Amino acid sequence: MSALHIKKGSTRHSAYNLRPTFSDVQERHTIAVLVENEPGVLARVIGLFSGRGYNIESLTVAEVDHTGHLSRITIVTTGTPQVIEQIKAQLGRIVSVRDVHDLTVEGDSVERELAIIKVVGEGDKRVEALRLADIFRANVVDSTLNSFIFEITGAPDKIDAFADLMRPLGLVEIARTGVAALLRGE
Amino acid sequence: MTREMTGAKMVVQALKDQGVDTVFGYPGGAVLPIYDEIFLQNDIRHILVRHEQGAVHAAEGYARSTGKPGVALVTSGPGATNAVTGLTDALLDSIPIVVLTGQVPTFMIGSDAFQEADTVGITRPCTKHNWLVKDTDSLAGTMHEAFHVATSGRPGPVLVDIPKDVQFASGEYTSPKPSTSHYQPVLKGDLEEITELVAAIETTKKPVFYTGGGVINSGPAASQLLRELVDATGFPITSTLMGLGAYPASGENWLGMLGMHGLYEANLAMHDCDLMINIGARFDDRITGRIDAFSPNSKKAHIDIDPSSINKVIRVDIPIVGDVAHVLEDILKVWKARGRKTDVANVKQWQGQISEWRKVNCLAYTNSEKTIKPQYALERLEELTKKHDRYICTEVGQHQMWAAQYLDFEDPNRWMTSGGLGTMGYGFPASIGVQMAHPDALVINVAGEASWLMNMQEMGTAAQYRLPVKQFILNNERLGMVRQWQELLHGERYSHSWSEALPDFVKLAEAFGAKGILCSDPADLDDAIMEMINYDGPVIFDCLVEKHENCFPMIPSGKAHNEMLLGEAETQGVIDSKGSVLV
Repeated sequence: MSALHIKKGSTRHSAYNLRPTFSDVQERHTIAVLVENEPGVLARVIGLFSGRGYNIESLTVAEVDHTGHLSRITIVTTGTPQVIEQIKAQLGRIVSVRDVHDLTVEGDSVERELAIIKVVGEGDKRVEALRLADIFRANVVDSTLNSFIFEITGAPDKIDAFADLMRPLGLVEIARTGVAALLRGE
Repeated sequence: MTREMTGAKMVVQALKDQGVDTVFGYPGGAVLPIYDEIFLQNDIRHILVRHEQGAVHAAEGYARSTGKPGVALVTSGPGATNAVTGLTDALLDSIPIVVLTGQVPTFMIGSDAFQEADTVGITRPCTKHNWLVKDTDSLAGTMHEAFHVATSGRPGPVLVDIPKDVQFASGEYTSPKPSTSHYQPVLKGDLEEITELVAAIETTKKPVFYTGGGVINSGPAASQLLRELVDATGFPITSTLMGLGAYPASGENWLGMLGMHGLYEANLAMHDCDLMINIGARFDDRITGRIDAFSPNSKKAHIDIDPSSINKVIRVDIPIVGDVAHVLEDILKVWKARGRKTDVANVKQWQGQISEWRKVNCLAYTNSEKTIKPQYALERLEELTKKHDRYICTEVGQHQMWAAQYLDFEDPNRWMTSGGLGTMGYGFPASIGVQMAHPDALVINVAGEASWLMNMQEMGTAAQYRLPVKQFILNNERLGMVRQWQELLHGERYSHSWSEALPDFVKLAEAFGAKGILCSDPADLDDAIMEMINYDGPVIFDCLVEKHENCFPMIPSGKAHNEMLLGEAETQGVIDSKGSVLV
């Protein structure tokens, strides 16, 4: 007998074809998480993202309060509105998490990222790289006769734009810190 | 007050100060100092299990049946990894347990030492929180914090990993004090949302209460308040597997369990209601079925202490974050202050509709005079044990669903079953934990033979402590639920869903010095059950039942509540929500 009207031998019917009905628009959010700086706390946060299948676009972490042993983790993530809400709620229930702020919805925020970029080249390309660095307010922090290391600070898309321009001019290596962000005003 | 003592002594002292009377455990190299301290005292009873998984499930059984945290003590490495299933089980069912693991000495951590495992790493995703204690001075504080975290907010399992040198070294012991912990979940619900829910209660025409394990976790007061609210409003109430007993099965508004194998009237009430009041449940996929067809026309309120449960699966209209007892108290207060209003006429009509659905008698089955039907076995078990001070555990599978359908629960904390994780092998060790907490009660583990074999080594524990746990095995010589799905979804290809080498359960019982009872004839069943109840000691009851019985009603996965299957013969295809079309 087959009460489900499934033909014998059929393999098309998964038992788990459950689909939610929430909006599927992807949003990008910057979330600041204040955590107690104890061993394993970063693993708890990252494990939450990997275990539940959420994205991490960028993540920065450092102790910001040495006496209170508090670290600030800034995470840039993408997801549907429902997923973003879940991420915040799930972060909030980690025992060592003190506070969760969604900077994208709580008001205007300032986002900054630092990158250092090594560009190797000679002649015109070298001159052009230096001129563009000036326009982007990137600093030269190291130089040899055929290479520069630029330091640039700004919003992630500004760094993307600068890196794109440097690529044909001899970009060989780039290191980025990920986003640090604060709400504007009081 | 602080006192100087060794880490091992601190562990035992902290357990005493936390009111722990029973610890389930298994010794090993990395916990020997703690075992030495246990040897030297008489306040805490240690129960030697036969496998660490058994220790954790026993602690869960103890916790679920008492409302107090359960405690397990195991060694490092394999001791800790064997505890992982129990920890995950407790996490998914929100059961407060504290697991203490030994660890290799701090100076050997990371050297791949003998019986070393990264216990906090392995158990991070399957605990609510865990700690590796690196110095003896912080051990007492961590122990007290562990109990605080396990029992506050949404309860759950915690683990404290204690290296052997920390156990040997001396340090300052601090007594538990009113918690200075930063972990302080909100208990009171938002009054604005509560008022909105009360307004909805006043005007609803087709309401249903949908309650879950959160009511039981909130404590006895929550169950009392729930009963008061349900009886005062007259609204029908259904419950998840985890919430059975919060509202009595004999109560006049009781619909029975809902969900995949829930009752027809409960699921249709969920589908057709206009106000769903979720109290301490989490819209689990066994409950919702197809999400886009889940109760399409209702306003939904959700009371949960865990904000991440809100809008996780189902979008709700009235979210209330808070402890069930606190929120119910406020709901009653506001509702009474506004004049105890409900739409009596329309609710009465709705109750009439539900009575029509109830006439379908979805738990009816074809009985047999030759073989014992599992449903019949449970009906008789219910009849013969309902007057006893009774606790029921189950394993996982068909027998578990039948137990939920055919046994009646009048009070909370009387029903111990693995809901979220669905852990085969849970029930037997859990029954040991329950019996330890309630030495004079009748503790029955309704089991399938396949699940039961997964932790059968605990017969040694039951025998050693003379625990009169009754193992009521519905033996169909099959992995019944797997077999049912293979029949329904996999073209009746029964791939590895039976055992060709089952033990003689009577002889097995006798080998452990326990009593074995075999029953295969329905005519003998009552006498055999009475023999089991009256025997003062552990019993394995081998009840040979119909081998190919399927568990109905059933919402096939990916189907909506009104697409239930009621039984083998009568339901072919989609069931209309109008009860009259059925059967």
